Amino acid sequence: MSILVLAEHHDGQLSPATAHVVAAAQQIGGDIDVLVAGENVAAVAEAATKLDGITRVRVADNAVYAHQLAEPLGALLAALADDYSHVLAPASTTGKNVLPRLAALKGVSQLSDVIGVESVDTFRRPIYAGNAIATVQSADPLKVITVRTSAFEAVAEGNSAPIEAVDTVVDNALSAFVGEELAQSERPELGAARVVISGGRGMGSGENFQLLEGIADKLGAAIGASRAAVDAGFVPNDMQVGQTGKIVAPELYIAVGISGAIQHLAGMKDSKVIVAINKDEEAPIFQVADYGLVADLFEALPELEQKL
Amino acid sequence: MKVLVAVKRVIDYNVKIRVKPDNSDVDLTNVKMAMNPFCEIAVEEAVRLKERGVASEVVAVTVGPKAAQEQLRTALALGADRAIHVETDEKVESLAVAKLLQKVVDEEQPQLVILGKQAIDTDNNQTGQMLAALTGLPQGTFASEVKVEGDKLRVTREIDGGLQTVELSLPAIVTTDLRLNEPRYAKLPDIMKAKKKPLATKTPAELGVEVASKVTLLKVEPPAERQGGIKVGSVDELVDKLKNEAKVIS
Ligand SMILES: Cc1cc2nc3c(=O)[nH]c(=O)nc-3n(C[C@H](O)[C@H](O)[C@H](O)COP(=O)(O)OP(=O)(O)OC[C@H]3O[C@@H](n4cnc5c(N)ncnc54)[C@H](O)[C@@H]3O)c2cc1C
Ligand SMILES: Cc1cc2nc3c(=O)[nH]c(=O)nc-3n(C[C@H](O)[C@H](O)[C@H](O)COP(=O)(O)OP(=O)(O)OC[C@H]3O[C@@H](n4cnc5c(N)ncnc54)[C@H](O)[C@@H]3O)c2cc1C
Repeated sequence: MSILVLAEHHDGQLSPATAHVVAAAQQIGGDIDVLVAGENVAAVAEAATKLDGITRVRVADNAVYAHQLAEPLGALLAALADDYSHVLAPASTTGKNVLPRLAALKGVSQLSDVIGVESVDTFRRPIYAGNAIATVQSADPLKVITVRTSAFEAVAEGNSAPIEAVDTVVDNALSAFVGEELAQSERPELGAARVVISGGRGMGSGENFQLLEGIADKLGAAIGASRAAVDAGFVPNDMQVGQTGKIVAPELYIAVGISGAIQHLAGMKDSKVIVAINKDEEAPIFQVADYGLVADLFEALPELEQKL
Repeated sequence: MKVLVAVKRVIDYNVKIRVKPDNSDVDLTNVKMAMNPFCEIAVEEAVRLKERGVASEVVAVTVGPKAAQEQLRTALALGADRAIHVETDEKVESLAVAKLLQKVVDEEQPQLVILGKQAIDTDNNQTGQMLAALTGLPQGTFASEVKVEGDKLRVTREIDGGLQTVELSLPAIVTTDLRLNEPRYAKLPDIMKAKKKPLATKTPAELGVEVASKVTLLKVEPPAERQGGIKVGSVDELVDKLKNEAKVIS
């Protein structure tokens, strides 16, 4: 087996997601290469060399790969894929954007959001918003897989793998990057945080999310939201937790003013401990909460912040 | 310009599914089916393009069993002009769906193809990207805004860190995210009119596509059931439990 892991990176930094995908690759077994594709990514490549269990880091550093647009990145991966039995990427918006493109270019299927490795060709993945877990076996010569990073413990960083340049350069006349609006936050990334506190429609407004901030500061938590809170314009879309948002599995998840729709549960029900604060004691969120507090959030949150 | 919209028949999003006792699959007997929510958004976007005079014709296409014609009629009631049904009772997975759609694209030559970003049954999030690869076209996935500007398409995409805007050459493939628009409801007169709109049927064999997959479903299991926990009476009790019982805060 030889496995290519597509590194996830933003703003010159290797994202923690990559170490989780390498862990999934280790469970498959074989030589593991990490591909860093982008523009001016020397620092990212350097960071990737430390990941335990990898054989080498391959670097495609060229302006055409800037912002990791799907068209050039898909073509690059397709050019490299013949050396590999598996290509893996995190089930991030980058991975989900490009891996199906690679798979189709190679005429193979793609397995999305894998949460378990049974063998080199058999994997477990959630379907129906996580309400069923499918075990699937692929007979394709190349397995193209996105990995749900919360399902695999990150590998440690004690390695010093060699770096090799990839000089494949592809053309891209199809797409161009125009701009980006990225949320600036000092807080940990939602997908990597040990504690997540999320607000729903019950928060009532964007300003009221400040009630969560004091608590998040004390707990070192990331802040999330339900789709209703995002749709109402309280907070930006990148904070959405759920079937169609981020999937998180922190040690502690605190849901505030969230009813517990299955689409929201799909994004957080693998958390180790779940706390729900809701004024409706019948809210379905209490069915999955380890600790439920029936209370008005406008009273409970200030008190909680003070007592932590 | 002509817009092609791919719609999928899936379980209604309100239905809680059950796994069959023999673990062969989920049990879909007698469950309510509907158009995939992301596909409703795709249809809505196409119809709005037509209402704004940008699109000249909206063609809806589905791949699925006979019953999937219900979803095509829904698309027609929402404003699509005509429909194409690629009829098959096989379980067609994303790559095969994309190959079939590629043939439809070859025949119809649309300037824009809009798909949902993911189907809420398999949660694959693949078909649009695969279709883009097979047709050699650019892709604007997870779109929250789509603007036609001359011979280019500007797509704002929902990405993990926020929003990204890309410019694509046309023809192009777009997949919809939730906030692209809010789909309308079909009105009764439109539902009646939709019954008379043209609906063509084709088979995978006629399109020359082999739908068999190399991926086998070995089993389907329910997820580990979470035990409901306890209700605490006060914030003090909550803090105490988190510190001393769950030990997740210090
Ligand atoms: C295709 C599709 C995909 C979706 N994907 C997602 C997804 O990824 N993530 C997601 O979250 N949703 C998703 N949804 C939406 C989901 O179905 C729900 O509509 C949404 O999760 C509801 O958000 P909510 O719990 O904040 O709002 P509501 O259901 O309105 O609940 C608000 C809660 O706040 C409580 N509350 C109100 N005021 C107070 C107060 N003062 N103190 C305490 N509690 C209070 C209420 O009792 C209520 O339980 C999706 C839906 C569809 C159709
Ligand atoms: C009753 C039933 C049971 C099934 N069981 C299985 C199974 O056990 N294993 C298995 O691998 N597959 C199964 N399938 C097939 C599977 O559900 C999907 O059709 C296939 O995997 C396509 O991927 P997706 O829908 O997840 O695509 P996604 O990439 O998630 O869908 C994105 C978008 O692609 C478009 N699209 C997808 N499918 C179609 C379509 N058929 N027609 C038109 N547009 C479409 C839509 O715009 C959709 O929003 C089953 C299908 C049915 C109807």
